[in-house]
Amino acid sequence: MNSVAGTGLARAVGRLRGSGRSAIGRWFVIAVPYFWLALFFLVPFLIVLKIAFSNIQLSMPPVEPIVTWAGDKVFQLRLHFSNFTFVFGDDLYRAAFLNSLQVAGISTLFALLIGYPMAYGIARAPGTWRNILFLLVVLPFFTSFLLRVYAWMGLLGRNGPINGVLLKLGIVAEPLQLLQTDFAVYLGMVYSYLPFMVLPLYTAIEKLDLTLLEAAADLGCRPTKAFFKITLPLTKEGVFAGCLLVFIPAVGEYVIPALLGGPDTLMIGRVVWDEFFGNRDWPVASALAIVLLVILAGFVLLLQKVQAREKEAA
Amino acid sequence: MSSSPAERAPAPAATAPYVRIDRLTKRFGEFVAVNQVSLEIPRGEIFCLLGGSGCGKTTLLRMLAGFEVPSEGAIYIDGVDVTQVPPYERPVNMMFQSYALFPHMTVAQNVAFGLRQDSVPRAEIEARVTEMLALVQLAGYEKRKPHQLSGGQRQRVALARALVKRPKLLLLDEPLGALDKKLREQTQFELVNLQEKLGVTFVIVTHDQEEAMTLAARIGVMRAGQILQVGTPTEIYEFPNSRFVADFIGSVNMTEGRLVDDAPDHVRIDCPQLGGTVYVDHGVSSPPDAQVSVAIRPEKFQLSRDRPPQQDNLLSGVVTGIAYLGDVTRYLVRLPTGFVLKVTAPNVFRHEERLAHDETVWIHWHASAAVVVTR
Repeated sequence: MNSVAGTGLARAVGRLRGSGRSAIGRWFVIAVPYFWLALFFLVPFLIVLKIAFSNIQLSMPPVEPIVTWAGDKVFQLRLHFSNFTFVFGDDLYRAAFLNSLQVAGISTLFALLIGYPMAYGIARAPGTWRNILFLLVVLPFFTSFLLRVYAWMGLLGRNGPINGVLLKLGIVAEPLQLLQTDFAVYLGMVYSYLPFMVLPLYTAIEKLDLTLLEAAADLGCRPTKAFFKITLPLTKEGVFAGCLLVFIPAVGEYVIPALLGGPDTLMIGRVVWDEFFGNRDWPVASALAIVLLVILAGFVLLLQKVQAREKEAA
Repeated sequence: MSSSPAERAPAPAATAPYVRIDRLTKRFGEFVAVNQVSLEIPRGEIFCLLGGSGCGKTTLLRMLAGFEVPSEGAIYIDGVDVTQVPPYERPVNMMFQSYALFPHMTVAQNVAFGLRQDSVPRAEIEARVTEMLALVQLAGYEKRKPHQLSGGQRQRVALARALVKRPKLLLLDEPLGALDKKLREQTQFELVNLQEKLGVTFVIVTHDQEEAMTLAARIGVMRAGQILQVGTPTEIYEFPNSRFVADFIGSVNMTEGRLVDDAPDHVRIDCPQLGGTVYVDHGVSSPPDAQVSVAIRPEKFQLSRDRPPQQDNLLSGVVTGIAYLGDVTRYLVRLPTGFVLKVTAPNVFRHEERLAHDETVWIHWHASAAVVVTR
């Protein structure tokens, strides 16, 4: 893996080195987005990191500065690890993390189970149909995410259309408690993040050479088996990408559990919100955000390692 | 040349045909891709479907493999009607034009794939894969992935994968199409040798007539969904039954004429474009005065500076084009009528005063050289 990545990097550098104006142009094209990321991602992240090592204080902002002038030619850097020990020591936070990972994991699984057949159907649909179906997947993005979650509140409410239909048909005698349940959270999660699953899967399936399936059939492989032997292994990259794109934002999701979940739906996004706005405890909120980031970065690295090992085996 | 498949003895005619295609038709909407094709192929033959793109040859092959369901007609293999049998249950394997090797599997896994589907015992799979890879000279490549192989090696993996199941019929779609010229020449003889060794019936689809002629015992020339002529390479080349076949196979000088002298043992055809008559030493089944086409291959002509003694089949013209190809030289000779003949002459002598531009030459051909076709 390292040698492959190494040669790729060497080639990229070689290409960049070039000469004269074209090289400057290339560096510029690369530098602009990196500058943007540094300004609006790295700097805010460092601020959050700083706050996480700070202490609460009644002021605006409600944190102590970590670097202070102690007089007598001394700058003092005071790092409070207490926020992290507090976060790790408290069962509430651990439960919130575990619950978030579980909700995100199950949502990702359902998104995959629903998204794969969808993506497959779109990729195999005839020309014009494919464009229409593809547009339909992207269409929800034309409306605000918040509005769509609110729409689900309306649909799932006690007097909402779903309960209305169920009552009319006599399937239930009393309106079901749909809203403010875990079911509503999962529904909202899968609904909201499904397009992020479908798009990379579509790209991967669409690229698959159909003659490979014909070859499999020709060699005596039935269609279902060919799916697991040929189609799935060759679209694995799409599965990984889709799962990451759903799982990562789902772990830190705040809006869906807040609006659709019940008071006992404990998710880390909500806990961070409560610490920040409710308790005005910025340091603990920041520490939670940092821990969440480390966990997710760990997942991404793990997945990359798995993929790299497979590439190496190839 | 002695190993050319064309000269091998054909399979005994008494046995029932191994593959029988009966009035097969395939329509895609309004378009008729294959139109009422009937064909019989004996066991162990290399049969080649030859035609330009869109002639229906690939559709016919795909129907044999089971990827397309015929609109009408039936396919029998070894006496069994397989028309409705899905591809994964047919005793037929195919070598794809793109090879369609599974990129996520090793060479050995690719070759073993078909055997795995049939639940062949593990030890036997291993033995047969090893044997097959040795046969296609790829022993030692078991652990490679397809992308680590050259084009020729991939072609042989595809062949091994298709042959390892010992199919009754092997279909090959442009088997040499993706190889460069040197490799093709080597591979086509290997392919014929392998076929002889295994005795599997081959059906090959190609648009390349040279490939068809070197590989096939018999060729079927296809056009617009129909087979125009079936015959050995020699028959197809020397005795084409139609204008299209004569024109499609090899290079040919084609002209129109009128039957003027119609005897049982010879005919004369008046060809205004040539400015004379063509004498043919056999009869034709057309009425006198019928309009016919006359086809003469470029290599059938003899060029000379001095007038030859013959009276018939003699023309003179001016050399307007010369292409020296080493083994032969191609000339363009313009007749007084303005018609330009393609003439190929072998370069027999190293030191020879070759014909030059604008030189006047005599052209003569044997009475058996011209092919008369009526359609």
